[in-house]
Amino acid sequence: MDSEDVTLLKDRPSASAEVRAPKEISGIRRGLRKFARRRSAVVGAIIVLFLLLFSFVGPLVYRTNQVTTVLANANQPPSAAHLLGTSDVGYDILGRLMAGGQSALEVGIGAAVVAIIIGTWWGALAGYFGGWVDATMMRIADSVLAIPALLLVLLLGTIIQPSVVLLVIEIGAISWAVPARLVRGETLSLRVREFVEAAKGAGASGRWIVFRHMIPNVIGVVIVQTTLSIANSIALFAVISYLGLGPPAPATNWGAMLSNGLNYVYDGYWWEIYPAGIAIVLAVVAFNFIGEGLRDTLESRD
Amino acid sequence: MSVAYLIRRLLQAIIVVIGVSIIVFVMVHSLPGGPARAILGPQATPIQVKDFIVANGYNKPLIVQYFNYLGQLLHGNLGYSYTENAPVRTLIGQALPKTALLVFLAYGLGLIVGVPLGIWQAVHRDGALDHALTSVELTGYSMPLFWLGLLLIDGLAIGLHLFPPQGPQGPTISASFSDPVALVLPVVTLMITVFGSFARFARSAALDSLAQDYIRTARAKGLTRRQVLTRHVLRNSLLPLISLIGLILPLVIAGALVVEQVFNYPGMGLLFWNSAIARDYPVVMGVAMVVAVATVLGSLLADILYRFADPRVSY
Repeated sequence: MDSEDVTLLKDRPSASAEVRAPKEISGIRRGLRKFARRRSAVVGAIIVLFLLLFSFVGPLVYRTNQVTTVLANANQPPSAAHLLGTSDVGYDILGRLMAGGQSALEVGIGAAVVAIIIGTWWGALAGYFGGWVDATMMRIADSVLAIPALLLVLLLGTIIQPSVVLLVIEIGAISWAVPARLVRGETLSLRVREFVEAAKGAGASGRWIVFRHMIPNVIGVVIVQTTLSIANSIALFAVISYLGLGPPAPATNWGAMLSNGLNYVYDGYWWEIYPAGIAIVLAVVAFNFIGEGLRDTLESRD
Repeated sequence: MSVAYLIRRLLQAIIVVIGVSIIVFVMVHSLPGGPARAILGPQATPIQVKDFIVANGYNKPLIVQYFNYLGQLLHGNLGYSYTENAPVRTLIGQALPKTALLVFLAYGLGLIVGVPLGIWQAVHRDGALDHALTSVELTGYSMPLFWLGLLLIDGLAIGLHLFPPQGPQGPTISASFSDPVALVLPVVTLMITVFGSFARFARSAALDSLAQDYIRTARAKGLTRRQVLTRHVLRNSLLPLISLIGLILPLVIAGALVVEQVFNYPGMGLLFWNSAIARDYPVVMGVAMVVAVATVLGSLLADILYRFADPRVSY
């Protein structure tokens, strides 16, 4: 075993790089049942479903003006007309939360997908080729990992005016290294496993092995990582928007709402601070809960 | 532990640091209009821009510039801050100990709280309290730091006046030591996100070791439950934690940067943030380099420590 493999064993808290039986069809139902047994995972799934409905269907039901400012309506406490009050320039907070949810979910899911696609390819190629290709690719991944993602995004944010699409690309392009490491580790350990050897011995083509044996065995790790990556991306997006480097108004997001509301912390305008903060926590926690639940379901050894 | 491994691991670390320098260099040099525009501002005349470019060697080929930069780095020269009018090294020299203190305290507290908690959970696995604690831990490390910090400021500083709402001020590290009360909120904020990872990790490590044969043997030969837990489970669960310390270092450093911004604590994070806003790129590059080197060194140390702590790991 070379030093890389050991690093990877340590990468994963469950340390389950040992034998993992390939999943069968009946395993799906068993997995679902296992997932459902974890209350936090189910709670996470319900919250995500709620957030999706809230952000994308909500605005169709609860129609608000999120484009033009109405200063006459500024800083109103919650009322029948504005269920969660209004902001300092008269935006309806509840409607704004929905709009913010859209951008949070778009950036979170989009960036995670970008990161996972890059990471899976990177890791699979490195693991598949091995040797100096692997060493080079992994040192590049290590270099990206060594610089805190927040620094990179902040630096980019000062250079280019961000938009949702740009942030998806930026955050995705920065957070691929962790999934790359994990997928590479899986590929390395799969390459020498008996069932792969057996398939080779039976005359299977490289393509057959990759599609029938490698991918089904890596997919668990990839799905778990996607979920966790969504949580990270949403958090990162919130931080950079909170720091003022998110997409400019009238586009909005929870981080920007929060930092804006903080100007009124001494005025007691709680509705401009707490809903946005709670929304961020809910979204990040929910995706982390799902990720942890999936990890138990897809990566456990029994 | 073989010397060959040490050398190889050290070489890897050096290559990673070089990789980081390339990434940082390329990012700063891909600025629209180049660094000259960024530093001189949109009002500068084309002649001023041209003079600046020539004076700072920005007209040379990129590869030559990179090697100049690398040469300067190797001499410990991180450049000169345009806005602070001071060498970057001086600025970082003042800020680094403060961030190090913050990270160190948060790590220490996180370990002290997280590890016993995780092991307790493993022993009482799947109990109601285990599930509840898991949720608390997950929530802890899912909490955006700026939000957590703000909640603590709102509740404990503004509401109850227990702690000052900002971290210790003053340019030197001694200021931090002379005002420990002001350090409480920043450290606790950072700690809350760290202890969750430690507890989760310790729990799964303890679960792994609890399932081992040597635990059954230890019980069978008549050791008490407590003896088994302290002598066998705790020691074996601490091993993987060493590597976790290295692994989550980038996260904790990034966290420290946010915490510093929230509590206005003048460490590396605040320095980076202020410089990024002011487009003071020599400082930005310097901070990024130093943070990355610290991360690489951290994981290198963790790897080597792991080898010492667990002689079974061989390559």
